[in-house]
Amino acid sequence: MVALDDPPTAARTRARPVRRRPSAVAWVRRGGLTTLVFFLPLLLTFAYFSWWPILRSLVLSLQQTNFIVTEWVGLANFERVLADPLLLTAVWNTTYFTLLAVAIGFPVPILLAVLIAEMRRTRGFASVLAYLPVIIPPVVSVLLWKTFYRPDEAGLFNTILGWFGLGPLPWLNDPDLVIPAIVVQATWASFGTAVIIYLATLMTIRTELYEAAEIDGASILRRFWHVTLPQMRGILLIMLLLQLIGTFQVFTEPYIMTGGGPENRSMTLLLLIYRYAFVSGDYGRATALSLLLALALSLLSAIYLWATRRWSTS
Amino acid sequence: MTNVTTEPATAEPTRARRRRAPAEDVRDERSIISTMDRKSPLVRGVVAVAGGLLLVALVVTCAGPLFWLFKAATSTSTETLAQPFGLWPSGLHWENVTAAWSTVRFGTYLRNTLIICAGSWFFGLLVATTGGYGIAILRPAYAKVVEIAVLATLFIPGVISLVALYLTVVNLPLLNVNLLNSFWAVWLPASASAFNVLLVSRYFQAIPRELFEAARIDGAGSFRVFWSLVLPLAKPILGVVSLLTIIGAYKDFLWPLLALPDHDLQPISVALPRVESSTDLGVFMAALFVSVVIPVALFLVFQRQFLRAAGSAGAIKG
Repeated sequence: MVALDDPPTAARTRARPVRRRPSAVAWVRRGGLTTLVFFLPLLLTFAYFSWWPILRSLVLSLQQTNFIVTEWVGLANFERVLADPLLLTAVWNTTYFTLLAVAIGFPVPILLAVLIAEMRRTRGFASVLAYLPVIIPPVVSVLLWKTFYRPDEAGLFNTILGWFGLGPLPWLNDPDLVIPAIVVQATWASFGTAVIIYLATLMTIRTELYEAAEIDGASILRRFWHVTLPQMRGILLIMLLLQLIGTFQVFTEPYIMTGGGPENRSMTLLLLIYRYAFVSGDYGRATALSLLLALALSLLSAIYLWATRRWSTS
Repeated sequence: MTNVTTEPATAEPTRARRRRAPAEDVRDERSIISTMDRKSPLVRGVVAVAGGLLLVALVVTCAGPLFWLFKAATSTSTETLAQPFGLWPSGLHWENVTAAWSTVRFGTYLRNTLIICAGSWFFGLLVATTGGYGIAILRPAYAKVVEIAVLATLFIPGVISLVALYLTVVNLPLLNVNLLNSFWAVWLPASASAFNVLLVSRYFQAIPRELFEAARIDGAGSFRVFWSLVLPLAKPILGVVSLLTIIGAYKDFLWPLLALPDHDLQPISVALPRVESSTDLGVFMAALFVSVVIPVALFLVFQRQFLRAAGSAGAIKG
């Protein structure tokens, strides 16, 4: 029947391709199967390692599991997260860390990139130097700085302080110095990325704008303020948000340098999640805290994007 | 400290080369400070001094720690502790490096790191290119849904799924396989990178569609178009994605720490913090130094590609 029907339908399809309901065979003929084969690696890896874990977090935060028995506990995990006195410490430490990291790590790369862009002969050399710390694996750079911060006289910073008759300072063992010390290391390790991105943006600023400003008699500093910065505002806004989100999830630096000490003064939210899940085996509680953090970060991003919508370029 | 004095000398050839061909640079060189400004001695002086200071600061802060690491790796522990800034009081001690291989088993960890990098690179490219081809060029009816689902993961903070990802890897749904302590547990999650898929599919979208139509008329199927047309055309972006994935795999710490509890399978980034307290300082510094030398050497050889990859990563964010 199909064979009898086929020629006229095929002729009609050619004229009006939308009308014919696709059968599985036709779908394969048209290359539907080959197309699906191309999608398989993406679909499988994303389903298993991206989409499913995200959905599972939502479920897991309402459960208590030890691999063998899983039971629903409602919002108990969230209650236990909020009842933990360490939570407030971790929130405060993480916020302090982020504010300090952004206060140093946001303006410095902008200034560096603008200065490097003005250096005609040594621009390439300077950008290679600025990117060098980014190439070093974070673990190595953290361990290296940990030896710089040694609390005895053998530490590099204490040796330098010793030249001026100061110190030695306990650095990472000092409850008040520990976060600033980690921030300096983290900024050192990451500022190069921002410099390279800003340099690439600076190269795209149309030269006519500078020429017009110059003809209007704008000084060099005014050109920076009225041409360069406004032209960069799109990327600056995004980079600030990405830095905020990134530093809120800081883990490697405090984990390796201090493990959260001294006196929990460098205990960050991610360290707390790690401790809940992989030290205490309390996966429900850890997921509940992850969800709260993710929710806070999404809210922060939404407010940030809403508040800055007038300044963004597109 | 010594490289402060040697670096200006190495910068000299570039300066000479630039001077010989000034014409081609003129348009590109327009920045905040114009050629007119540069004629004024005050501006020239300020620019020269600021530029010089900036370079010295960059050399001291960025190259200095690496140089110190090299010094500490080739000095004895007692020397490093007694004179942190002393330059090789008793000569070079390369034995630290060999000791790192014998006592810390650095070779095993380095091999694991290379296996992790190679696998993450292969699967990362496989997913990004086939997925990008499907989303940008084959465009079946469901392509839009897949694209949105992939994009959405970019906006979800990574922390949300850390614990759930761990539990998924411990027991894969439907398959009931435990990937813990196998390299698959590191390769596969790394390859589900929305960023790479986005980077590649945007690049594929920019390829003129007439090329594919022409190839189809010549009788090439989807696989043929993918392999002999799209991939060769996409070499620049494949280079960028390769660099970003390999660097990412080399740097990763938290996930391999969770996924590979077996010491014999751990990469250097996981092994180094573990052995820190039980290792002689000089030997440990040597191990750190070797872990740094490989990426830094690659960076210095392929600096242009590295910097372009970093820049284009920013272009996507912007």
